[in-house]
Amino acid sequence: MNEVFGIPIQAFMGQLMLGLVNGSFYAMLSLGLAVIFGMLNIINFAHGALYMMGAMLAWMGLNYLGLDYWWALLLSPLAVGVLGILIERTMLQWLYQLDHLYGLLLTFGLALVIEGLFLNAYGVSGQPYAIPEVFSGAYNLGFMFLPKYRAWIIVASLTLCFATWFVIERTRRGAYLRAATENPKLTQAFGINVPLMVMLTYGFGVGLAAFAGVLAAPAVQVGPLMGSNLIIVVFAVVVIGGMGSILGSIVTGLGLGLIEGLTKVFYPEASATVVFIIMALVLLVRPAGLFGKER
Amino acid sequence: MNTATEYLRVTDLHAFYGESHILHGMDFSVNRGECVTLRGRNGAGRTTTLKAILGLTGRRTGSVMLNGRQVIGWAPHRIARLGVGYCPEERGIYASLTTEENLMLPPQVASGGMSVEEIYAMFPNLAERRKSQGTRLSGGEQQMLAMARILRSGARLLLLDEISEGLAPVIVQKLGQVIRQLKEKGFTIVLVEQNFRFAAPLADRMYVVEHGSIAVEVGKDELEQKKALLHEYLGV
Repeated sequence: MNEVFGIPIQAFMGQLMLGLVNGSFYAMLSLGLAVIFGMLNIINFAHGALYMMGAMLAWMGLNYLGLDYWWALLLSPLAVGVLGILIERTMLQWLYQLDHLYGLLLTFGLALVIEGLFLNAYGVSGQPYAIPEVFSGAYNLGFMFLPKYRAWIIVASLTLCFATWFVIERTRRGAYLRAATENPKLTQAFGINVPLMVMLTYGFGVGLAAFAGVLAAPAVQVGPLMGSNLIIVVFAVVVIGGMGSILGSIVTGLGLGLIEGLTKVFYPEASATVVFIIMALVLLVRPAGLFGKER
Repeated sequence: MNTATEYLRVTDLHAFYGESHILHGMDFSVNRGECVTLRGRNGAGRTTTLKAILGLTGRRTGSVMLNGRQVIGWAPHRIARLGVGYCPEERGIYASLTTEENLMLPPQVASGGMSVEEIYAMFPNLAERRKSQGTRLSGGEQQMLAMARILRSGARLLLLDEISEGLAPVIVQKLGQVIRQLKEKGFTIVLVEQNFRFAAPLADRMYVVEHGSIAVEVGKDELEQKKALLHEYLGV
């Protein structure tokens, strides 16, 4: 039993694990996009740039201020969340009544501005970010070596995703959020401060992206373009899962990460395109996405 | 009319949806503990009046005094928190919430709301189906739920839009009982209603709305005497 379908089990499990790591990032980012789309009716194209900003802030914090990984994991999402709230208050709030296209264009413009600022300051090349001491090394699982940091990415991301799901689907605050997503005007007429919730939702959604960015920092090269490389796949994930479904975005994110990993094992040439092929197929059969509702 | 007991006073209220001007200077008042109906043809502006009181229309001008406070420039959630409960014509039951979550949704705006036990005693069906998705309930149950959820929050002014519409006679009868109970409990009620036989026995006063303003006011004891006039406006 050293081979699966003629492939060494070590390599197979390794790719599967890598797929799960990628899937964790897809899940966190598409979850944020889904929550934002549900509440704000805006397709947040700035998501990738804010993910990048999360990672860059972690790197800057370490190199300029000596703030270590754990501080970055706390402060960077907070800073990006506050920036998100400013963006929502000064710009996005004027677009809710308009077509999706306006929000998409505005956030796309924001993404270019944010990326441009970091490119101007740091250039295209990536910067290394050291893995925190506690996570150096790997677990020997017998059938494979699991790098500790990868295990941490998966655990942290799944915990956060399911905590978010729990809060939204199973608590009173979450009921407010679901109600406001479904019928904002009536919900406000019951005395719930919906504009405040919308603002905080955007802050939370982009904070989640920044958290993903900090998590990614030690695993990838930290650079101004890391967001735009990832976000296209994440949008495909969101399209497959269906906009506005919380659990759908988590499950689809993880699932597509795994499928991508498996494709790398069996047919590496297609690994970069498999997500888009699935997207096309899903759109043909279910235009609203796997978990989405027709509007 | 004594101003001390006046709970809601609407003066020269204009409301707009985008470019269309729907309300053209509504003037009316509702006293504490009173049940007032707004009648009129479809499109006369009755639903818009309720929405405009809560700030749910587009631009609105004029004056809405609620329990002595001017709320014309306020956001809907602040107006609701003064103690206004709204039951929309389309009922507004949330599909993404269970029956119980629907019921528990409106936050407490004042003390003195009905307890969940009282509400379930009033509407036993809702207790049975508390775990069902809100929109899985029958039309009548959804209407009960839409009524029930604004009784819990402590709201004292209820704005009820076409609550008897499309319901079976026994359910309409049940709703009539509920409204009577609510009047005994001292709720102030504005009822937008097409169903004359449902509304007439409940109402202390009636306003006829025509082209976005009040055409006639009819007291309970003037019904006979103004029958011809009502007939002219409403065709009843």
